[in-house]
Order: sequence, then structure tokens, then C-alpha cells
Amino acid sequence: MLTILILVPLLAALLIPFLPAAISRSVALGASAGTLGLAIAVLTQYDVGGGMQLEEKTTWIEAFGVHYALGVDGLGLLMVLLTAVITPVVILAGWHEGDEAPRSYYAWILALEALSLAVFCATDVFLFYVVFEATLIPAYFLVGGFGKDGRAAAAMKFLMFQLAGGLVLLASVIGLYVVSAQQGEPSYLLSDLEQLDISTEAGRWLFAGFFIAFAIKAPLFPVHTWLADTTEKATPGVSVMLVCVLDKIGTFGMLRFCLGIFPEASQWATPLVIALALVSIVYGALVAIAQDDVLRLIGLTSLSHFGFITLGIFVFSTQGASGSILYMVNHGIGTAALFLVAGYLVSRRGTTLISEMGGLEKATPVLAGLTLVAGLATLGLPGLSPFISEFLVLLAAFDYAWWVGAIAVTGIVLAAIYVLWMYQRIFTGPGHEPVGSGAGHGHDHDDVPADGDLLTKKAASATEVVPDADRREILAVAPLMVALVVFGFFPQPLLDISNPYAEDLLQQKVGVQDDPPEVTPAGAPVNEEGN
Amino acid sequence: MDFVKPTIEYLELLPLLIVFGAAALGVVTEAFVPRERRHVVQVGLAAAGVTAALVATVVVGTGLDEAGDGAGRGLVGAEGSVVVDGPTVYLWGLVLVFSLAGIALFAERKLEAGVPAFAGQAAALPGSEGEREASTRGLAHTEVYPLVMFAIAGMMLFPASGDLLTMFVALEVLSLPLYLLCGLARRRRLLSQEAALKYFLLGAFSSGFFLYGVALIYGYAGSMSLGAIHDAVVAGDGDRTLLLIGIAMLSVGLLFKVGAVPFQAWTPDVYQGAPTAVTAFMSAATKIAAFGAILRLYYVAFGSERWDWQPMLWVIAILTMLVGAVLACVQSDVKRMLAYSSIAHTGFLLTGVLGVQASGELAEGQVTSLQAVLFYLTTYGFATVGAFALVTVVRDANGEATTFSKWVGLGRRSPVVAGVFALFLLSMAGIPLTAGFVGKWSVFTVAMSAGAWPVVLVAIASSIIAVYFYVRYIRLMFFTEPAADAEVASVTIPSPLTSVTIAVCAAATVALGLVPGPVLDLAAQVGDFVR
Repeated sequence: MLTILILVPLLAALLIPFLPAAISRSVALGASAGTLGLAIAVLTQYDVGGGMQLEEKTTWIEAFGVHYALGVDGLGLLMVLLTAVITPVVILAGWHEGDEAPRSYYAWILALEALSLAVFCATDVFLFYVVFEATLIPAYFLVGGFGKDGRAAAAMKFLMFQLAGGLVLLASVIGLYVVSAQQGEPSYLLSDLEQLDISTEAGRWLFAGFFIAFAIKAPLFPVHTWLADTTEKATPGVSVMLVCVLDKIGTFGMLRFCLGIFPEASQWATPLVIALALVSIVYGALVAIAQDDVLRLIGLTSLSHFGFITLGIFVFSTQGASGSILYMVNHGIGTAALFLVAGYLVSRRGTTLISEMGGLEKATPVLAGLTLVAGLATLGLPGLSPFISEFLVLLAAFDYAWWVGAIAVTGIVLAAIYVLWMYQRIFTGPGHEPVGSGAGHGHDHDDVPADGDLLTKKAASATEVVPDADRREILAVAPLMVALVVFGFFPQPLLDISNPYAEDLLQQKVGVQDDPPEVTPAGAPVNEEGN
Repeated sequence: MDFVKPTIEYLELLPLLIVFGAAALGVVTEAFVPRERRHVVQVGLAAAGVTAALVATVVVGTGLDEAGDGAGRGLVGAEGSVVVDGPTVYLWGLVLVFSLAGIALFAERKLEAGVPAFAGQAAALPGSEGEREASTRGLAHTEVYPLVMFAIAGMMLFPASGDLLTMFVALEVLSLPLYLLCGLARRRRLLSQEAALKYFLLGAFSSGFFLYGVALIYGYAGSMSLGAIHDAVVAGDGDRTLLLIGIAMLSVGLLFKVGAVPFQAWTPDVYQGAPTAVTAFMSAATKIAAFGAILRLYYVAFGSERWDWQPMLWVIAILTMLVGAVLACVQSDVKRMLAYSSIAHTGFLLTGVLGVQASGELAEGQVTSLQAVLFYLTTYGFATVGAFALVTVVRDANGEATTFSKWVGLGRRSPVVAGVFALFLLSMAGIPLTAGFVGKWSVFTVAMSAGAWPVVLVAIASSIIAVYFYVRYIRLMFFTEPAADAEVASVTIPSPLTSVTIAVCAAATVALGLVPGPVLDLAAQVGDFVR
């Protein structure tokens, strides 16, 4: 079942380069929709609270004790669904983005989807590592091949950061193999490794390797610097795949591997990790406020969000972990919506600079509305889904230590500033002339080149009147908007999936005693400290 | 005085005898076959000889009996001078496979419009009347085939040597033809001749070191035979100063052949100057043969003396990886870049060599050092031969275009060739889903389990550096636009000989990355060295 789920986009990705360019988009959309259907089928077969399910296991490399082993638990299932939902949305929203070489664009997007799904389903550490690293190949070609000038350098920076993290992870994974070999049976299966009796010192070293890799992936301060450059240069669709799907591997890995295999070392490292998370929350938000490039701004808000998610994971409570898992889903939906809407704006104005937009509200009321909803979701407005998860993480943070919660709360205040100020600068005030290819020469911003830039080309064809969002664009973000509202009022289905996982992880493996969070249908978390 | 007739195990030595026989027949062919027919006859003879030897190797390999202590299979033949055991047979097979690829590349005549890539008349001075005449008459040296057959025979004998004297003879038999072949390039003859002279002088010097080491070890052990040396080392009497200096001298000779720091200086010049087909052949096959000899010498003769030579190898491995990776970053010629990359790979291979552990220290089914090194040699060989073979087809008016600037934008002009080259580079960089990844994984694993974690950490750091220059090249091919007036190279369609070689190497690189199991098992089944 899970193999088919991975194979559908993978085979489509391999097939698309051989198809006529005209039908490649439709094939890509069809394949990703098919994957979504399969993911929903997985959901229906999933028994809530049943641990690791739909497992498949065959020996892959006997000499290393490596298995091709797949399975989903609550965490994996949510990530699989997120990936399966976001990919067709990205393909639909970026209908014109791949004009120059559409086939390779769609092939790489689908390859990235397939490998990401494999990452979330892998239950063998070797397999996880292989697909974890392999995701970088499509990601590199997507960032480097599409987007604006300077993308090759951004792609290089992205790849170097990720591979550095990956190789540190390699050392740790090999270390795990050696530890398991010393205890008799070398194995990479997650279920075996969780039983492993690792000495305190070895555990801490191995944990460090895993954590560094995931911190780069997520990203956390101070290894986040690739994030802003990459999101600025890549197309919005690619940024969505990177930030909303690929980066989730970082926090996913922290939960599954850091906490799952090294519970003791994770608790030992908690003070440092929490400090990094808090710095990320505040620093990411502050830097985001100062940005003039809308895509860069959204990228940096994610730094703040990943700080929240990491914080929720490392305060060691079921509430925090479950809140973080929920946060991962909500951040995926909310940020994807924001990126895509920003992409619509950029394609209309021909610039990514906020200072050159302005006064768009009258011309494009629908776009303004969409931006507002996505933005308010990002800042955690009650009634939209990110609020619940942010609230759960904050409650858990206050439980851990009041000052940790207090610092984290400032992140929310800052979020209000960067979202609302961005909205104000883009949509209100006097309008600007659209920046076309002719006008591009007049500016001294070298990221608005005269040619070779997909975004600018479209702006050149834009008339004086800025068109509002068309039907396809609205259709692409509609599922995300609906999800934001629906899960804002009824988050319980998501919590039902994440709670058993968080409970099992923290109470069985880590050994924390507390209750999983519950929420009323109205959206307010029920919690004795919280109310 | 009695004369005892020596016992020769003709069946077990058959592969060796076939190659020597084909080489000798090649010399006779040169004397008796008319010039116009020589090329066909020589190519046919060489290919048939190597193929027959490959078949014989398989037959020998399946028929090996268990040796005395049961850990290895095979026999010590030819009165103790040749050992035919599992590792020998594996290395023979590997050398012969890459020899076949080498002969195919040697025989390529379409790229130079009807003549091979070798000088028409090596004796004619570059730029002289004689050279021009040889060129207009379309002369070609067909002596390269017997020469390469002798080199192959030497390469097969080298790792199979049962005593130091045979090892020395094999070293010379493999080296002398290579020195000659390096000087035979049709284009850029001065560079080629300089490379040959450099290789010869330094090679002769290192052979001197090796011979001196042989003498010292004889002084210590009273025997040339590796088994007797092992017994003397275990017994522990004798002058240890002789032993240690002897090990150091022998190491100089062997490490020179694999291009380890500080004996690497010849590598870039020779790899650049030699005809690319020769570079492809010798970079793979010489390294395989020399690593076979290193393994046999260290494991068989000095295995119980590991604590003395392991620290030396630690230092050399660390230096080799770092120097290779760092210097590769500043190259501007693709052949030199691949040469430095091969130096870095030597370092990774040495990491595997120093990961040797006594069989009692290993868990059941754990990867052994021998297995890891043999597998790495396989993956390295395919990627290197493939990459150099591809360099021969990217050409401009002056023949092969090896400077970086000529390759700019090749991904746009010839996506398939650039894509396959990128595949080889990714494999060398050790990106998952390629063969190089599994190879790196195995050598790092054995070094880590032998406790050499500092070396593994340096290896990981050098891998990160190495990724930089490999990916930079991919970026150059795919994401960099050539300047409007820049001269760029284009792809010349080669004859099937070269294209099939490249295709096989690419297929093997992917296959060994996805299903490394069978080859790893094969490398595990070779068992221990027989002494």
C-alpha cells in the first residue's frame, strides 16, 4: 500500500520527460491527485491509536542488516497527508511557472513528492537516510533550474548546508550500526534500535549528530541562513515544497529519531535546544519584519514557526508534542497558502519587493482577502487552525518554565507586526505602476533582471489594470483556506491521530506522565492551567 | 644434486597465463601481420584474451577449495609465488572488467575521424616533418594493445603475489607499459610526454624504495614469502627496527601507485597528460591492483603487526582525503579535477583498509574491512572509467575540451551526456541511490567499528568539501549560461565502443546504488586471504 503510494508519483516523474510537453502538466496533476487519493485510502485503513501500521518489510542489503521497511504511525500519517495535499496544490498554482522547461519542472516536483513520502514512511534508519539525502537532488534542480537570477548560487548554498547536515547524520547512523553490531545483531530497523541499550556517552554523541542534521533541515538558528536565500530565489511553488514539506523532515526526525531512540540524551540536551528554539522564534520574527522581499519575509517567518515546533517537542510533555505535530500540519497549510498567494502577487506586479507594491486592495479584492486569511492564520488568530497548535505549544512551554513561555509569546506579538505591516504595505496606500521588463532597467535592484526571469516576463504582458485572482488560482488555494478554517474549529480529528503517537512516545519511551490535550469543538483548548 | 621439477597449478593460473599469452601473441602479430590489418587483429586478440581470462576467472573462482584453516578458499601456487584465493579472484575479475572497458576505449576511432587517440608515430618529434607525415598517412601505433595486455597481466599478478619478489616483478610489469602508454597521446604531445617522463622517474624512484624494503624485510624474516614473514612477525624475534623500516619502505612503493599523499604529486600531471582512454583504464585498474597488493601485504604479512602500521595509515588517509578534496576545488581542468578526486578516493579507500579487525571482534554478518574495500573499488572503478570515457566525447576543434569554461551550459546543449556525467559525479560524491554512497557507507562503517572515528570525521569533512567541487561542476553544466562569444565544446557522437562502455558504467553505478546486495555478498564470500 505505502509502496504504491510512493511509486505513483515516482513513476510519473520518470515518465514525464518522455511525454509531449503539452500534456505533462495534466499528467503531473493527475499523478499527484492519484497520490492524494491513495493517501486518503491509507487514512481510511489506518486504525487510530494502533501504533505503527500498514507495515512492509523486505531485506534490502543483507550485508548491512538493512531492510526496505515502511510503516505509518500518527506522525507519519499526518505528514503523508500534508505532502499529498500540498503537491497537487503546488502543481495547480504554478500552472505557468514551469513555462521554460515544464517537463523537468513537473518531473522534479513529483520526484520530490515521492521521496518525501518515502522519508515519512521509512521505518529503517538506513532507508530513511537514503531517501532523506536523495530528496536533495530534486530540490537542488528545482531551486537551481527555476526562479530568478542568483538561483544557482542559492541552490548551491542550500545543497551545501543540507549535505553538511546529511553527512553529520551519516556519522551518527554509522555509529548506531556499530553500537547495534556490538550488541550482537547489526540492524537498522527502528523497532530494533529503540530497544537498543546505548551507553550514555555514546547516546549523547549520536544524538548530537542526528540533532544537528535535523536542526539544519528544520531550520533552527544559527544554521538557518540558507532558508532566506533559497525562498527568495526559488519560485513560490518550489518554496512551498521546500518549506512546507521538506523542512518538516527536520522536526519529524527530531520526534521520531532524537526522542524515539535517544530519550535520555534528548532530555540532557533540552536546555540548549530550548534556547536555540527561543532565539529562532524571536530572531526569525524580528528579521522577517525588516524584510522588503515578500518571499524572503515568508521564508523567515518559518524560522520563527520552526522555533515553536522545536520548543513544543523539547519541553517534554504530551501536550507539547501533540501540539507540535499539529503545528507541523498547520504551518504546512498556512505557509503554503501564504507563499502561493504571494506568488500570485509577484506574478502580477513583476517584483518581489514590498516597497514596489502597494494599493492593490481595490484592484484585487479577492487576492487581498486571501492574503489576509493566510496572514492571519500565520499570526495565530483564533478560529484559524494554527491558533490551536500555537496555544498548545505555549501552554506546554509555560508548564515547563514561565519565562520560556513568556519569551515565546513575544513571537506571536512580533508575528502580528510582520503580517499586518506586510498587508498594509502591499494592499493599502497609493498604488504603483507595475514593474515591467522595460521599467526593470530603471531600478538598481539586480534581482529584477530584464530577461531570463519567468516572473518578470509575465509582468511584461500584464496591462495597466492588475487582474484579480482567476479561477484556477482560487481553486488552487481553496483547499488550503478551507482546511485553515475547518481545522480552526474542529481540530479534534487531527489531535485524535497525533495524540496516541505523542502519548506513546513520551509516556512509554521517554517516561513523562501527563494527559494528552483535548479541545472543544469551539476551538478553545480545554486545560486546567489554560483556562 | 637433485633437481626438483616445480609444481605449477595450470588450471588455477589459467587467467594469468591467458593474458600473458595474448600479450606475447600481440607482439608476434606486430611483426607478421600487414599494417592495414593490424588494428583489427590486435583489438580482436586483446578483447578475446581478456574475455577468455574473465571466463577462466569465473571458472577458477567457483572451483576454489577450502584452504587449511577454513577461513579462506584457494591455494598457494607456483611454488609459493602466486596465491589464488577469494580476494585474488575477485580482484582479477574487477581488473579484467575494467580492462575490457579500457580496450574498448583504446579501439575508439570515430572521435578522431578514423584514427585512434594515440600518436601516429611516437618516435617523431612533436611539430616535426616526420610527425606530419605520420599524420597524413594515417599511421597508428597498434603496439598499444600488447602493451596494455602486459600491464593487465602485471595488475593481475600484483595482488596475487605470494612473495615480495613476485610482487616487485609484478609492480614493474604493470608499470613499464603504463609509462609508455602515457606518452602516446595524439594531441598535446609535449604534455603527454612530460607526463610519461614524470611518471617514469617518480615511479622508478618509488620502485627503488619498494626493493629496499624487500631487502630489509628479508633481513628481518629470512624469507620473501608473505606467509613466512607473518610467522616471523608473530614469533616476534629478530630486529624490529628492520621490520618497521621495511614496512615503511614497502608502503612508500605501494602508496605511490595508489597516489596517496605525500606521494600524490604525479597523479594530476599524468592523468591530464596521458591519452584519456589510458587515464580511464589506469585510474581504475592500477588502483584496484595496488589496493589488492596493499591489502594482501598488510593483512597477510603484517596483520599481527597492525598496531604499528595503523597509526601511519591514519595520518596518510587523513592527509590524502584532505589534500585531494581541497586541491580539487581549485582546478580548472576536468581531468585534473578528476585526478584530485581520485586522490581523495584513495584516502577513503585507505579509511577502509585501516578498518581491519580480528574476526573475533566482529559480530556475525558484520561488514568486514576487506569486503568494504573490494566493494568501494568496484563502485569507484565504474564511476571513474565512465567519467573519463565521457571526457573523450566532449570536444572542440582542438580535440578533447577539458577546461571548465568549455563545459559551460553543456546541460542545455546535450542533456543526456551532461546528465550521465552528473550521475558519475554524484556517485563519486557519495549521494544516495548511487553506487558511491554504498561504497562510502561501507568503508566508513568498518573504520568506525575499528574505533577510527577521528578518521571517519575527517572523511566526512572531506566529503563535504568534495561535494562542493562536484556540485559546482554540475552547476556549471546545467545552470550557467555561456557568454555570447565564448567557445564551448560540443558532444561528438562516438562509436558504439565508447557509448556502450559509458552506458554499462552508468547502469552499474545506478544498479549498485539500488541493489548493492549481490556484489556485497560476493565480496563477503571471497573469505580471508590464504597464506
